[in-house]
Amino acid sequence: MPGRVFSFFRNLMCRTAVDKALDDELQSSVELLTEEKIKAGFLPLEARRQALIELGGVEQVRTNVREIRAGRLLEDFTADLRYSLRALAKSPGFTLTAIVTLALGIGANAVVFSVLNALILRPVNVPNAQNFYLVQRFRVPTQAYQDYLDLRDRNRTFESLIAVKFTGEVGIDTGGNPSTAWPILTSGNYFDALGIRPCLGRFFHGSDEKGINSAPYVVLSHSYWRSHFEANRDVVGQTVEINKHPFTIIGVAPEEFRGTDLIFSPAFWIPIVEEPTVLGFNSLPNRGEHNLWVMGRLRSGVTPVEAAADLDALGSWLSKTYPASDEGIKFTLASPGLLGDALARPARAFMAGLMLLAGLILLAACANLGSLFAARAADRAKEVALRLALGSRRVRVLRQLLTEALLVSLAGGAIGLAGSVMVLHGLSAWQPLPDIPVNVPVSPDLRTYTVALLLAVASGLLFGIVPVRQVLRVDPWQVIRTGTSGTEALRRLTLRDLLLILQIAICAVLITSSLVAVRGLMRSLHGSYGFQPRNAVIVQTNLRMAGYTANRFPEMQRRMLDAVAAIPGVSAVGYADDLPFSLGGSDSFVYSDNTTEFRPTNQAADAMNYSISPDYLSAAGTRLLAGRDVTFDDCLKAPAVALVNRQFAVKLFGSVDKALGGHFKLFGGKRVEVAGVVEDGKYRTLTEDQQPAMFFPFLQNDSSNTFLVVRSKRDPAEMAAALEATLHSLDSGMPLTIKTWTEAMDFALFAARVANVALGVLGLLGAMLAVTGIFGMASYVVSRRLRELGIRMALGAGKREVLRASVGRACRLLLIGSVAGLVLGVAAARVLSHIVYQATPKDPMVLGGVIAAMLLIGLIAAWIPARRALSVDPLLLLRDE
Amino acid sequence: MNQKRTDLLRGTLDLLVLKALILEPLHGVGISRRITQITKGGFQVSFGSLFPSLHRMEEKGWVEAEWRASENNRRAKYYRLTSSGRAQLKREEQDWNQVVKIMTAAVESA
Repeated sequence: MPGRVFSFFRNLMCRTAVDKALDDELQSSVELLTEEKIKAGFLPLEARRQALIELGGVEQVRTNVREIRAGRLLEDFTADLRYSLRALAKSPGFTLTAIVTLALGIGANAVVFSVLNALILRPVNVPNAQNFYLVQRFRVPTQAYQDYLDLRDRNRTFESLIAVKFTGEVGIDTGGNPSTAWPILTSGNYFDALGIRPCLGRFFHGSDEKGINSAPYVVLSHSYWRSHFEANRDVVGQTVEINKHPFTIIGVAPEEFRGTDLIFSPAFWIPIVEEPTVLGFNSLPNRGEHNLWVMGRLRSGVTPVEAAADLDALGSWLSKTYPASDEGIKFTLASPGLLGDALARPARAFMAGLMLLAGLILLAACANLGSLFAARAADRAKEVALRLALGSRRVRVLRQLLTEALLVSLAGGAIGLAGSVMVLHGLSAWQPLPDIPVNVPVSPDLRTYTVALLLAVASGLLFGIVPVRQVLRVDPWQVIRTGTSGTEALRRLTLRDLLLILQIAICAVLITSSLVAVRGLMRSLHGSYGFQPRNAVIVQTNLRMAGYTANRFPEMQRRMLDAVAAIPGVSAVGYADDLPFSLGGSDSFVYSDNTTEFRPTNQAADAMNYSISPDYLSAAGTRLLAGRDVTFDDCLKAPAVALVNRQFAVKLFGSVDKALGGHFKLFGGKRVEVAGVVEDGKYRTLTEDQQPAMFFPFLQNDSSNTFLVVRSKRDPAEMAAALEATLHSLDSGMPLTIKTWTEAMDFALFAARVANVALGVLGLLGAMLAVTGIFGMASYVVSRRLRELGIRMALGAGKREVLRASVGRACRLLLIGSVAGLVLGVAAARVLSHIVYQATPKDPMVLGGVIAAMLLIGLIAAWIPARRALSVDPLLLLRDE
Repeated sequence: MNQKRTDLLRGTLDLLVLKALILEPLHGVGISRRITQITKGGFQVSFGSLFPSLHRMEEKGWVEAEWRASENNRRAKYYRLTSSGRAQLKREEQDWNQVVKIMTAAVESA
């Protein structure tokens, strides 16, 4: 209908001209009719009157015509919009409160949603990520290289499979400036299989792999290229030293490619066949060494179910062919990006929980605004009544109120979104662990904006419809006559009350969960790890990076121990190849003494293994329960011994006493005697189940990984300086990382800390909303009943009665809401116990804290309205009316 | 003048207005009179319905309007059927006949 479209614009653009034309037409019609009447014999004046009667009133006809015009709805809408803006501007306090409340609610949701989106919804940033999978062994992500080769060559469902190995830090020297960086080792087909094109130079390919140490190439990540090579395009072909071995830079990856992990982005990529060169050991031929991540894209048309069946078949083939290492092996598919099921599951559960809480916050904000709008509608009853009396239809009045609500919600949404974008940019740039390239790229995308907009509109509608019933009930006659909207039951439980209870309950849930988390974290900071992180400084180095060969490790480590022990103020120093809660930590199968076949199914335990020096236990603060510490006599010539933890002793031997002097076997049959038993501890994460662990004498089990635990009461900064000076006097080229053990544990506590901050912020938001909600409710009641209160005071009511009448109701609602919230919060805390160590709601501090917090909220919120009620001067009030 | 008010069946007003304009362009008052005439006084169209209907049809392009002098030399807005208006009239007449047929059959059946 082109005519209609044209009219639409004409009506909008030239409204006055259109109106004028209509006026002219009506005017001429009146004249025509008048003429007719005069011809019929009326006198001119009477004729005109008759004409107007027949026309039925110029104004009514005009209104009728306007009603049908194209663009009528839009015209009404702009009128509503203008009116709403005026109305909102007239009560800036109300408007500001509403907008800020909503901005907080929507902002919190946008932030949480973005993180959820980045970590869980958004796939890894590789082409065709939707059918890209991680192949897990059982539920564990790591695989052996030999198994990977079989999987890669024998599967029929993947386009190609790639292998990735996280190596930890390596030393890199680009010419006189040694530094450290975090690369990953990958199979040769890595870039081709992922479908990534180089931004500069070339990538390595499957064809470059011609056996061990055949491909000394490095591909730089874009950000490393920029930060360490000033984005110099001549880097291709340049040689760098990695752990003192020459490698050739062959290319630079594109900027948007950050590897296949979501939160870890490597500095560069090295072919995995170079493992012996980079790491100094060759785990590739050993089918029992599980240290690779295997991923791949399904062929087009292949479903995950088909792929799983294919993997099952491969698993049973491997199990039959290599029973020694692979008996009973099973493969499963998992989504890549978050270290497989291991991290993805708790992360998913936590993010879902957080999203739920954020949703609850928004709901609370809506409840809050709903009652604010309802209160406002009640106060505006007079205006509404007047409009109704003047002939406005109720739909129009409602539409206008809804426009107001939407206006507020959109403004709140926009501000909330702007705030959240800032928070998210900060979050994306944040490096939670200073020396590890881990960060969370959570920049908002289109989805975030859409969700924020939808939430804003939805919440606008949600709180906008709260006063609808109220408006529909308005009786203009009654309101205009008496000035009140008639008899409103103050005793009955109203919708507003329910909203407030809901809101308080939500707030109590948030406060309960954040308190549970905070208490859990506090307890885990002072809990028992099986070592004492306080008053201990950690020195970390890698002798291979410093250029030492394997036969010189123990000798050098012993020199370091002696030198550190001589520093004044050092009460104990010990060496370990790895520390609990460091990122590494290896575990291996152990077998009972009578085992002859070393299959995975025969294993007696999967124990953490460490190698330690004498005095490590006292330096770390780990108690020796029975037997002896390792000594410098436990060398290669002496019989193999180990210390085990209590869990290990009980699991293999039945008890600590039986374990002493007992024997167990390692993979391959090496027999080890238990020389001592130490207390249990935590090794990888705070929330893990108790793991068995064994500690070998370092002289029997050398490693280039070097951790020195230095126990001292001296100031850590002073100690660090002394340590650096002492160790560099032994070897000035040794890269050193020195920090307190508490700092070194940051990674282990990271998840719990993040959980804490997130819950704390949400709890605070919830509390703020509860305060404003109760405040709004109480002050509304007070202002509505001010006259009544005045009369009661004039009649001799005491302070107590006045208080009860003014804020008693709010307090009752607070009580109901708090109890409901506390019960729900205790239920929600169960989820938390998976993330935060020792998170339990069965804690008097938590219960007490929640009750105190809710009381405080009630007190803050009710204070001003109560003061106002008490300061009522009945005389002034009654005279005023 | 016949003061009897008959509520117009929903949808018949457009048909009547189009029909009224088939012979010659008319102004609003003229259309009202012509409808009274062709319905033999059976329908008295109120201006409150006539003008909205005319404006809607104008926006839809069924009628065109132009200002010119009336028979008494007064300026008036005259409406004229367009070709799409004629087509619409034809459609509405067919629809109407259909309705009449069906309703007559229904009313006259036992």
